[in-house]
Formats: sequence, structure tokens, C-alpha cells
Amino acid sequence: MKQVHYFAQLAVGALLSLLSACGNTNTKTSGADSASTTKDTASAESNGDVTIKLPEGFHAVVFADGLGKARHLAVNSNGDVYVKLEKLKNGNGIYRLRDTNGDGRAEDISGFGNFAGTGIAIKNGYLYASSDEEVFRYKLDANNNIVDPGKPEKIVTGLLAHGEHEAKAIALDNDGNLYVNIGAYSNACQVKDRSIGSPGMKPCPILDSAGGIWQFKADKADQTYKDGVRYATGLRNVVGLDWNTATNSLFVMQHGRDQLHDLFPDLYTTKQSAELPAECMYELHKGSNCGWPYIYYDQFLHKKILAPEYGGNGKKTAGNDAQDPVYAFPAHLAPNGLLFYTGNKFPEKYKNGAFIVFHGSWNRSPEPQMGFEVAFLPFANGKPSGEWSVFADGFSGGPQETASGQVKHRPCGIAMAPDGSVYVSDDEKGTIWKISYTGK
Amino acid sequence: MKQLLTLMLILFPASLLLMSQTGPAQGKLKESIDRGNMVYIQRCLSCHLINGTGISGVNPSLVHNKTALGATEPLVNIIVKGMPAGTEIDGVRYNNAMAPAPDMTDLQIADVLTYVRNGFGNNAKMITEAEVKSARAKLK
Repeated sequence: MKQVHYFAQLAVGALLSLLSACGNTNTKTSGADSASTTKDTASAESNGDVTIKLPEGFHAVVFADGLGKARHLAVNSNGDVYVKLEKLKNGNGIYRLRDTNGDGRAEDISGFGNFAGTGIAIKNGYLYASSDEEVFRYKLDANNNIVDPGKPEKIVTGLLAHGEHEAKAIALDNDGNLYVNIGAYSNACQVKDRSIGSPGMKPCPILDSAGGIWQFKADKADQTYKDGVRYATGLRNVVGLDWNTATNSLFVMQHGRDQLHDLFPDLYTTKQSAELPAECMYELHKGSNCGWPYIYYDQFLHKKILAPEYGGNGKKTAGNDAQDPVYAFPAHLAPNGLLFYTGNKFPEKYKNGAFIVFHGSWNRSPEPQMGFEVAFLPFANGKPSGEWSVFADGFSGGPQETASGQVKHRPCGIAMAPDGSVYVSDDEKGTIWKISYTGK
Repeated sequence: MKQLLTLMLILFPASLLLMSQTGPAQGKLKESIDRGNMVYIQRCLSCHLINGTGISGVNPSLVHNKTALGATEPLVNIIVKGMPAGTEIDGVRYNNAMAPAPDMTDLQIADVLTYVRNGFGNNAKMITEAEVKSARAKLK
């Protein structure tokens, strides 16, 4: 055994030097992912401390930075960008970023809103924003200014927030409805959360007040559970969601369950635990059930699998009452942003397609971590029309940062501007990038 | 076993520094760290990660972590009773709950704490089985 140890020592040493050597080579040839090379070119400099890699013809510039935990974004018709912060900065939970001289950077930056949170959206002359328990709205005037930044109207109140999956992401439809994610305060609805040997509760009592999307009226004050409708259930946690105007329906990205190996080491290897279950995209309608916590979706078997907490063994299928995902992405990438691109400035293949912002994994260990990127999924006739690909990458700072999870930026929110560009936020340092297409 | 070995290969650099220290006083420490390494792999690694760094805003880092390097009693409390989701540490909120581990023995707790306190660039005194036993008796 001792000999094995010493051999291991040597092997690890050799492997590490090899890895770092490879890293250096890659950096030099691609000219990306390294702080030392970012100073060499103007376009790299404008990306801040990392180089954002994009398809040909696209460009990213830092619109604003240093905002801290910048979560979701909304862009007004005049181009003002509103950012929701998960942690107050100088007492403010919302920042308005305005580019006054058209140079692609925000010069006029002002904060308001004394509540932290994730959700933000603009609809019919109002700015909506959420804390982890409430949703507020602010009226915008004819000059696109907030009428009274100190006095928002409380639209929804009293939503559950138990620390886990507490972010209340929001979306609005064109019929006066507001959709709010109420995440399950649990991994898999065990009697004791994330504890080995603890069984799944059946029925899962969490689903009465969380683990789904609730629908409220967009213009009625002080609503709570009794005023809303549980629009969709069986969703563990949703952060990325968007109203798809092409299908006139709500699309969501679920954060799939964690720790299959930790909790069931006899049924799942660490590799299976890293690769399962899929991060799923669902199209929702009133009454939709996506199956959590009883099932998860296995993207290799293309089946809904009975969760081990409910007697599953990794093979038994279940969930005949639960709908299938529209699309299945790799596990644990943490989809925090979703945008259906309705603009005209990107090439044709992007029209009505979905951008998904992957916040990045923590639970693929001992496999390398993944994510920290913006993905694109093409759509035609309201359905995915091809496979997904990475659209914007490099937020982490490089392959080693991605693998270790010790990253420079964690992309989170995404929104489209009236000029057809998109903005992406980062909740690690609070950088906001503007991504445009010039074709050059 | 094969998986365990692979993991040990990966984790080994963390204990390289300690291997170079010698002398009778180091014997017990090294044994405890080796046992603690195995406990860490099984119970801690998936959240706190191979290099102890955790993930910002999700699971706290154990590197130069004041609590991890501090008094025994709060540490035993955290392991046995877990920590709720949303706990704030040094102004940063962590969104994942830490599961309680009442099934762990006093020796396992002592070993894993000693491993963490002497790995990942940390350097704090060893915690013994007897110290865990006494700290555990005070919990309720």
C-alpha cells in the first residue's frame, strides 16, 4: 500500500505539470483564457479581466462592473438596463445602468430598492422586481424614469423562503399574468434533506407551497398564495425562465437534483452522480407536472427514472403522470438564465432560439466542474430544431478555473435590448457584458 | 475500491507537506490525517471539493476558514447537527444545507477535522477522539 502511495505521489506530480504545460500551450495558441494575454489586444481589454469567446462576428464589451451579486436583468425600450442584486450594494437592490453617450458602456449608474433578490422584468410601463419573499413593481413615466423609486407597489407577498432555492425568478405573459418560481427548499424531499438513508416523503408536502411556478395577476396588490394559482408543479427549482412569444407559453429550466452517489453510494458511482440527472427545459401549461421529487430525467436512457428516495435503483422508470422535457442538457450546469431571442440583429439561426445561461456546477466532484457559459439551442416551429452549443464562454477565466470551480465570473442573467444585442450578468463580481453582432 | 484509489491519487498532494515531517509526535498526527482523508472523501468531498475550496455562495471554503481552524466544540456541533441553508459566514450567504452526520463516530469526526485542519494549506492543532467525545457530550 505504501508503495502505491509513493507511486501515486509521482504520478500526480507528473500529471499536474503536464496539465499546466498543456494549459500554457493552449493559452498561447488560442490567445484566450489568460490574464497575461488579455492586455495585448483591444477587444480582449474591453472584456475586463477575462476574454469572452464568441462565434465569429459577435463581440462582447463590459457595460458595467463591480455590482456584486448581479442576478437577472431587464432592458427598457430606451436601452436602460436594470439589474437585480442578490446582496444590497450601498443599500440598493436594483441598479439602473444608462449609456448616455452611446459608447457601449454605462456612465449614468443609479441605485434604488432596499431589498435583495433575483427576479426583474419590464412589462406595460412597469418594472417588476422580486425579493426572496415578495414581488414589487415600479411605475415608469413617459421619459422612462421610475416615478417613485422609494415607493414600489407590493404585488405579491408572503412567499416561502427557507434558504435553499429561495430565489424568486419572475416572468410575465401578454395577458396580464405574472409567473413566480417558488423553489423547493430541499434536494429530493427526504424527511431529512440531503441525509444518507432518509426516505422520500410521499406525498411530498413541499409541493403544496413550493416546488413549482405560481401564477398571479400582474396588476393586483398584496396577493399571496390564496390569490395565486399553482400553475405548474414538480419543479425542484427554476431560476431561468422566459415567456416564449412564438408559442405563447412559459418555458423554464429546472435545476436537477444533486448527490445521487453521496446519498446512494451502492446504486450510483461518483461518475454517474456527476452526469445525472439532466438539466431539463420544460414547456409549461396550466396544470403541468414535471415529476420532482419522485422522478428524474436520465438523458442517456431518455427516460424518467424513479428517484432512489422512492425505491428507484437507477433503472426503474416511473412518472407516467409527469411530462417529458423539451430538451435535456448535461447535469448540474445550473441554468440561471433563459432568453428566447426575438431580435433581428443576430444571424437567422438565432431567431426564436433559446439562450441558456449556465451558472456552473459545484457537484460534479471528483469529475471536473462544468458550465460557466451561455449556451444556445435553436428552435423552429416552437420546438428545438437541433442540438445545443456553447455560445459565450471564458467567463470562468480558463479551463483550470472551470474544472476547479474557482472561477472569476459566474454568468447568471440574460436579457435582450431593443437594438437586438443581449446583456449577460455575473453574480460573482457583478460584471455586465453587452454582446452584439457586427458580422466582422 | 478502484474509485477510492483514484480519489486518493487526486487527494494525495494535500498531504505531501505532512509526509515530509518526521518524528514520533508526528506519527499519531499522520495516522489521524490518513484516516481523516478517507472520511473526507466519503462525507465531505462532494460539497467542499478536492482542494477544500467549496463554491462561493453555495458551500463554504475550508481553506483558512476561521471556524475550521478554531475551537473543537462548534466544529463538532456543525458536523453532528449540520448547518441550515442560507447560513451567513463573514457576510457571505451559503445556499446549500449541510446534512447532519450523527452517525459519525467520535474517531471519524476527530480524524476528519484533523485532516481539514492540516490540509489545504491549513495548519491547526490535531483534534483527538477524547476531545470530540467531551465536546459531543455538551451538545443538545
